[in-house]
Amino acid sequence: MKRKLWIWQCLLLVAIFAFWHVATHPELVPPFVWDNPDRAAFFFGEPVKIFKAIYVWFVGGEIYPHLWVTLQETALAFVIGSALGLGIGLWLGLTPFASALLDPYIKAANAMPRVVLAPIFMVWFGLGIWSKVALGVTLVFFIVFFNVYQGVKEVSPVVLNNATMLGATRRQLLRFVYLPSATSWVFSSLHTSVGMAFVGAVVGEYLGSAKGVGYLIHMAEGSFDINTVFAGILVLTVFALVLDFAVSFAERRLLVWRPTQGETQPL
Amino acid sequence: MTVSVSLEKITCTFAAKGGGSYTAVKDVDLSVADGEFVSVVGPTGCGKSTLLNVAAGLLKPSSGVTRIFGETLAGVNRRAGYMFQSEALMPWRSALANVTAGLEFRGEDWTAARAKGEDWLARVGLAGFGDRYPHQLSGGMRKRVSLAQMLILDPQILLMDEPFSALDVQTRSLMENELLELWSADRKSVIFITHDLEEAISLSDRVVVLSAGPATHPIGEYAIDLPRPRDVSEIRLTPAFIALHDKIWHAMKSEVLKGYQQTRNRTSA
Repeated sequence: MKRKLWIWQCLLLVAIFAFWHVATHPELVPPFVWDNPDRAAFFFGEPVKIFKAIYVWFVGGEIYPHLWVTLQETALAFVIGSALGLGIGLWLGLTPFASALLDPYIKAANAMPRVVLAPIFMVWFGLGIWSKVALGVTLVFFIVFFNVYQGVKEVSPVVLNNATMLGATRRQLLRFVYLPSATSWVFSSLHTSVGMAFVGAVVGEYLGSAKGVGYLIHMAEGSFDINTVFAGILVLTVFALVLDFAVSFAERRLLVWRPTQGETQPL
Repeated sequence: MTVSVSLEKITCTFAAKGGGSYTAVKDVDLSVADGEFVSVVGPTGCGKSTLLNVAAGLLKPSSGVTRIFGETLAGVNRRAGYMFQSEALMPWRSALANVTAGLEFRGEDWTAARAKGEDWLARVGLAGFGDRYPHQLSGGMRKRVSLAQMLILDPQILLMDEPFSALDVQTRSLMENELLELWSADRKSVIFITHDLEEAISLSDRVVVLSAGPATHPIGEYAIDLPRPRDVSEIRLTPAFIALHDKIWHAMKSEVLKGYQQTRNRTSA
């Protein structure tokens, strides 16, 4: 069943590209929206040319430094944002006064559309990778922070009492009960936060940079090279899928202790 | 005879929801001799767990004193092990890591702790299950892990809060027998909370009956002079057991009905 589904999914992909090709290639079908036969290709690009652009990027090796920069920004934003979110989430979760004091500010900071901070980060950190990392951090931080904060509040009081009776000091409770419990919440938000780190990196590159896949897209757009724009989008999509796979893999390795629903399944 | 746990005039009052206060237990005196197995029975919701938490030092009573081997208790009772009614294992730790947690908190050497943990797992019948996580074990197995987790620290006092109430009847009498066997090896003081009179009689040296809440207090104490070693499922059929059960049940019955009536009033109000 699973194998069959996979085949159907591939066929659907092929069909989408076939439709795209037929609908945009000049004079393959009679024009039905625009009078000019080249107009469809101008707006939507042509799959054949897009794949050619991707091919040239990978074979010529031009894409690798850009991908590497985007990957670096994503990874740094994720690690720094998660660490900050974990630390501050634990701190506020365990100190009711500080959390009550900061509550409205955190709500405000979370409600603010953080993409508008990108120009400020560019002024502060320049056009290099750090302005993109900073943008990604602001996106990742809140996801991890809220998860950890909630996780700390919901640590089972029985487990805490049990650890206390087994002789755990307050510091040991933090290390052996709160931290693992909070970490599991970080992992449950892993997909979202890695995705957000990626969004931060690409949007940052798009708004101003000299390297990265977002930069490639921005440059191509400037010269109305729609095929290269689509090529960049496709590369980013595949890249995001690979990241997601890596996250799923890490998740399976690190959360073995967590019960999964329905470990058995019908044949 | 040394007294291991002594609760003196313990009163616990809590702030009730929507104002006012609720006195869960009032002027409770309870003492347990070293090596004695005492069960505390009472109707549901009468404050049995409150008393146990006071003895454990997890809850500070509103008034009254707790003495552990003559010393006034302040803070957590370091001489006691506590077995909880609900799931208390750390789900992110394997069975072995859960059992050795207390040793780790004490800063004991990892290899020694591991060997000791394996030994205790074997003693509770879980040899070879050390690398399983709690969700991969059955309810009965998790209770065994909890038991080993508590006993590995060799506490002088065992506090048990309806530890087997969530288990099915067969597993339960198995666990009760195992508990008695482990306990008889080096008699520790036990305070065993239960609402099941049969369980209380078959395990204990003494049964303390509590009144219905609020302001719960002991209304009777019964020495259980049944011979040891006991088999909990067989002893229930002996005439001596049935006579004791009758006697204690008569004393308890009116309190149970009272407790039931109160719960009903509370839900209908």
